[in-house]
Amino acid sequence: MKSLGEVLATNGSHETWIPLLETATREVFELMLGCHLAVPATTEETTPEVTAMVGLAGQLSGVLSVRCSGKAAALMTSKMLGVELDKVGPEMSDALGEVCNMVAGNFKNKIPGVAEGCMLSPPTVITGSDYSLHSLADSPALEIRLLFESEPIVISLMIHS
Amino acid sequence: MPIRALIIDDSSVMRKIVERSLRQAGIDLSKVTEAGNGAEALVALQENQVDLILCDINMPVMDGLEFIKQLPGVPNAKDVPVVMITTEGSESHVVEALSHGARGYIRKPFTPEQVKEHVVPVLGGKS
Repeated sequence: MKSLGEVLATNGSHETWIPLLETATREVFELMLGCHLAVPATTEETTPEVTAMVGLAGQLSGVLSVRCSGKAAALMTSKMLGVELDKVGPEMSDALGEVCNMVAGNFKNKIPGVAEGCMLSPPTVITGSDYSLHSLADSPALEIRLLFESEPIVISLMIHS
Repeated sequence: MPIRALIIDDSSVMRKIVERSLRQAGIDLSKVTEAGNGAEALVALQENQVDLILCDINMPVMDGLEFIKQLPGVPNAKDVPVVMITTEGSESHVVEALSHGARGYIRKPFTPEQVKEHVVPVLGGKS
């Protein structure tokens, strides 16, 4: 089994994983929600109202999060369940958690040598924006910003090597 | 022939997605039973005869690999085909699931076409 150092030596720095993270995210939205994600014209900060997180442990350790507005989370749930937006209820957390779980799994499966030795935690979902997240990550987070049905979503990977 | 399916996943949203994907794949479902983990599924199989089982791997209480190991002990379900559906891409998990009798393996995210590709062959003409 390769160490993360060996994996990085093969794959370059963490920044080279950004395209993989974006591809993994796009695939989840296209295959499971039937939506193509767009690139936002600006990268201005938005206040997330819902945050889903999945921990990674093993060869690759860290936290992957998906942050978005409540409207975006409800839209995702609507599309995943095939129900009208006004019928979306408490399953919204479950839906966003599954999106985060699939992005994390799809991402790690794209990195040679990592899929086998990296486990995922069950998703955790936070509703609200008044919180601080302290991670033991020891390198800058990889972050991508995309638009889902014109709503911004932020996917972030904090890595602890 | 209509199929009775058991869908095992700790996410109720994912159970609904799997059911919808089966229908979109053209599989005629007469009844769908849901379970949130392997232990619930073993209980459900005492009361429900099924033709197909779709099972996640990472679940609380009893995961999918433990479930499939215990399935041969369930008299009315030991010959029911099981297809694993999971985000877990580890080859060792695939090998372990297949060695314990899983008939197929679908990675999330998936399309209805992928579900059809993996499920129809294991139904042996029932669909």
